[in-house]
Amino acid sequence: MLRERAGPLIVLKSFMSLSVFEVIGPSMVGPSSSHTAGACRIGWAARHLLGGTPEKARIGLHGSFFAAGEGHGTHQAIVAGLLDLRPDDGRLKDSFALAERQGLDFEFGEIDLGPAAHPNSTQLELSGKTDSLNVRAASIGGGSIQIQQIDLFSVDIPGTLETLVLWHLDAPGFLAGIMSILAFVEINAASLRTSRLERGEHALTVIEIDGLFPSDVLAVIGRNRGVERWARLPVLSGL
Amino acid sequence: MNYQFNTAVELLSLTHEHGLSVGELTVASEVELKGGTRETVLGRMTDYYVQMKASVAAGLEITERSRSGLSGGDSRKLHAHSHGLKVSALGAVFERSIAYGLAVLETNAAFGRIIATPTAGSAGIAPACLLTWQESRDVSDEIVSRSLFAAAGIGKVIGYGACFSGAQGGCQAEVGSASAMAAAALCELDGGTPEQVVQAAAIALQNTLGLVCDPIGGYVEAPCMMRNGLYTLHAFGASAMALSGIRSMVPFDEVVGALREIGEKMPRIYKETAEGGLAATPTGRRFKPTRLSPSASK
Repeated sequence: MLRERAGPLIVLKSFMSLSVFEVIGPSMVGPSSSHTAGACRIGWAARHLLGGTPEKARIGLHGSFFAAGEGHGTHQAIVAGLLDLRPDDGRLKDSFALAERQGLDFEFGEIDLGPAAHPNSTQLELSGKTDSLNVRAASIGGGSIQIQQIDLFSVDIPGTLETLVLWHLDAPGFLAGIMSILAFVEINAASLRTSRLERGEHALTVIEIDGLFPSDVLAVIGRNRGVERWARLPVLSGL
Repeated sequence: MNYQFNTAVELLSLTHEHGLSVGELTVASEVELKGGTRETVLGRMTDYYVQMKASVAAGLEITERSRSGLSGGDSRKLHAHSHGLKVSALGAVFERSIAYGLAVLETNAAFGRIIATPTAGSAGIAPACLLTWQESRDVSDEIVSRSLFAAAGIGKVIGYGACFSGAQGGCQAEVGSASAMAAAALCELDGGTPEQVVQAAAIALQNTLGLVCDPIGGYVEAPCMMRNGLYTLHAFGASAMALSGIRSMVPFDEVVGALREIGEKMPRIYKETAEGGLAATPTGRRFKPTRLSPSASK
């Protein structure tokens, strides 16, 4: 079992105040911003990190997500997100039928992520055509979310900025190479965080930027030596 | 960064420095933070306000009970009553205010579209207050929706110092925040100074402290719906008190601190788990859904 070192290796982040539209909004179908809209956003984000609709999903619900999820449509909302539906999509409540038509095989269970975990937390094990992904996330209120773990790496992704996730080998000069590509195309990184596993040479870097990653820039980054896999998490518009 | 604030003290100091209302300062902070145009920001809020009004209208049309059987058809009853001959001592206007708050939660329970303000479970209060205010005046949606920035400014302070999640802070974090935000919006619409706007929020918020989140069956319906109706009156009252010059003994930032402390110490059974309070009464227990077993989850 790989264990993460205590704390991330690099954290560059400027403190950001809440946007008024994180306070008022999202526009969503009910009944709960945390248990429905936030749950949908977590599924949506996980789907984008996987790079497509999963074929299999094992969904563990922790705390209040498990205890009160049934009354709030939490299950339907997570599945809707995995199918790329947004929190204001009227089809959210019928997502189980949609999943069957789109070939998404899912199952739910209770999971205990410990007393320190946010009460509205979930752990998703997804597998798609080529890749699989393990995501832990919390719905922290008002439809806002926090992605806390990707595979075994600790992360802190709110999904409010355009985000690039890189799975890569931990090699000297790797980050400098990525940052020089961003600097060359004048992309301003709002935050950068790298986590590394203790054994093995794998690392995960999360870069949040203002604006959008052009697809040709992503293609160049993806071909960079050491990059094993990458995913772009766009901002869910309207949130 | 010239317009950013995380506390009410910072907010008030910036309103003085720039000669802006709470709402206008919050618009400036949003434009500065996100880099969009002022028109885009104002337009998006007007669009939200139009959707809020639609969520009231949709709820008033509901005649059937929800899937759980816990709500449905009540806003319509009160709305009809307000137009009847036997209006209560409250008066038709405020009977309708309650009806509008109920209506949004009925829309929500029916998986209809609502605007979380700040959450879905508290989404009825601000729309109901603003619509009630607008109906007796000839004022456009654009103007009324500006007051939502005063509400959002107050919300930003609560979000920074505490939270909006019932699972984390109980109902005081949801309905309490919503009624404080609505009180601030009403106070600004009625010409309150920035100090009075913040006082309105402080009075409303302190009067919801300790409110637990005990949704029957885990559904966002009972008592959530009643609270969304009745706490509209609370917001109107807090705004009127602030406009008259009454001041909260404890400043807003400290009330937010109390909200946080109470939320942290509140037992888990009162934080959206449906394991305590009204949810755990003999009647409440009858509505507990049978949990999905992992194998039978479809």
